[in-house]
Amino acid sequence: MSRGVTKLEQPTRLSRETLVSFLEEMLLIRRFEEKVEERFRAGDLSGFLHVALGQEAVAVGVCRTLESDDVIASTHRAHHHCLAKGMTPNALMAELYGKLEGCSRGYGGSMHLYDLATGNLGANAVVGGGLPGIVGAALSFQLRGEPRIAVAFFGDGATNTGAFHESLNLAQLWSVPAVFVCENNHYAESTPSHQHMPITDLSRRAEAFGMHCVVVDGQDIEAVYLAATEATAHARAGNGPVFLVANTYRLTGHYVGDPQVYRPKGELRELRETQDPIPRLRELLGVDEESWSALEADVKATVEASVEFAKSGTDPRPEDALLNVYA
Amino acid sequence: MPELTYLEAIAQTLRQEMERDERVFLIGQDIGAYGGAFKVTNGLQEAFGEWRVIDAPLSETAIVGGCTGAALMGMRPIAEMQFADFVSCGWDQIVTVAAKQHWRAGTPIPIVIRLPSGGGFAGGPFHSQNPESSFAHIPGLKLVCPATPSDAKGLLTSAIDDPNPVLFFEHKHLYRRVRGEVAESRFTVPIGTARIEREGNDATLVTWGAMLHLAVEAADALVEDGASIEIVDLRSILPWDRDAVLASVEKTSRLLVVHEDTRTAGFGAEILATVAAELFEHLDAPPRRLTAPDCPVPFAPSLERRFLPQVEDLVTALRELLAY
Repeated sequence: MSRGVTKLEQPTRLSRETLVSFLEEMLLIRRFEEKVEERFRAGDLSGFLHVALGQEAVAVGVCRTLESDDVIASTHRAHHHCLAKGMTPNALMAELYGKLEGCSRGYGGSMHLYDLATGNLGANAVVGGGLPGIVGAALSFQLRGEPRIAVAFFGDGATNTGAFHESLNLAQLWSVPAVFVCENNHYAESTPSHQHMPITDLSRRAEAFGMHCVVVDGQDIEAVYLAATEATAHARAGNGPVFLVANTYRLTGHYVGDPQVYRPKGELRELRETQDPIPRLRELLGVDEESWSALEADVKATVEASVEFAKSGTDPRPEDALLNVYA
Repeated sequence: MPELTYLEAIAQTLRQEMERDERVFLIGQDIGAYGGAFKVTNGLQEAFGEWRVIDAPLSETAIVGGCTGAALMGMRPIAEMQFADFVSCGWDQIVTVAAKQHWRAGTPIPIVIRLPSGGGFAGGPFHSQNPESSFAHIPGLKLVCPATPSDAKGLLTSAIDDPNPVLFFEHKHLYRRVRGEVAESRFTVPIGTARIEREGNDATLVTWGAMLHLAVEAADALVEDGASIEIVDLRSILPWDRDAVLASVEKTSRLLVVHEDTRTAGFGAEILATVAAELFEHLDAPPRRLTAPDCPVPFAPSLERRFLPQVEDLVTALRELLAY
């Protein structure tokens, strides 16, 4: 495969069954995160919460192309990646409630989720901090001749960090089986891209390392899935790492409660009307009201069950704060 | 038993551990054909190949972070910082990621970071530091500072075995200056255990790394005064052997801590605070510390000599401690 930028304009249609399963998974993530917002506002949840409303197609589209023993690294905005990689809603919600039944036993919280059993090397709340570990994981697979790949999720803001550039350089130099998925949501916290990057085409950053790039509309899950299929196959086949830019939109604030004073007036409303991946897929599939209601009911039951599970969980004992500092 | 230099002991350990465990690999700048800036890894790439002894670009963040990712996938990486000073470029991946991983996730991170440290070469402010105290404040890390060839081997073997991130401070000034008997076969020195270099009754001198050798000279000088100094070679900074230090000070009632790192919030402060709190009523003199002053390591030999504790400084400090 030649190095360069692949623009996927007319993706092959996937089966209806596959697309319906994508819709179910994206809706579960959406309703889960809306529930997280609601419980935070109600005072149930502590800490800093970052939801990914609008970015579900990237997580689901990419993770659906992965094998169970492939690994990912995530960011401070991690719920969608974790659920898409196989973390259960119960384990995630329990973590947000700070319970021992949570994926990090209540020691991590929203920005420090972790689930090695599902191949999740963890959310890293230092922007760009997850990429070096992905290079090391991919290097391990290569050294041992295993057909696994490692995938880093990060945002446009992370591409300004030294960790990003060191990681892409090493990955390409050693031709390790890694995929770098840039969720370009056009804001680094409150700072719009044009204020933090002197270029607009993010693929140029990876081209500087000679890395194969794929750019895709991150609100079109079919396109994301097909682009990720190409990217992961490229890496798995030993052709080297891939930089996958998914242009997406955060249809909410940086954190739950963000007044978003940095957004131009009307931007959020317009984006919600035009760039929401879930209605877009629903429309493509022509899901009728009855089926939609049934789907909503299923998802709601799962989300409510996760809240009940979390609420009935166990608080870590204060004296156990010192456990596990060392292995 | 064969005699090896400190550097040879480290090199032998790396070779033995790589032969023993194929999960062990080395990564660092110029460590391959070039053999490393100090030639510690000389010949290892030839012996084990370029994917066991990996020459990396100037990317401390990605090297340390890469080791963490590889460790999570079951490998046993050993990273070399070319100079200990450069570890500042990998701080986030050590302190934020590796040190906290087991606590938050329950997964071990068996990585070793080798840090050629210390002054005495006119290396100047970016090539002479002893940054152990900066990391001593980070729960989840282990820090070792061997002073002898045998301890270098035993502690490095333990570090490679350890399921936690271990920072291995190897003092550059000792590489070719100290020789000692080192067992040929594999052995370990438990991390967190001090060693009594010599027994004494009149005062306890606690130190580690290159300063141990000055401590021995100073204690020899005090013999002429009729004083016997007990020297505790701490060997590990995190965890540190509180019991050994407290037992010695309880016996001698006087304490001098010597370290090459700067003074304020240096690890000597932790030892003094512990001794003051635990043994207040046993002390015959205020606990003292002799350290580098609070400034960067200077280049000019005259300045560097002023910066680094000298044998005569130790002798003076011990005499004052004994005269109190």
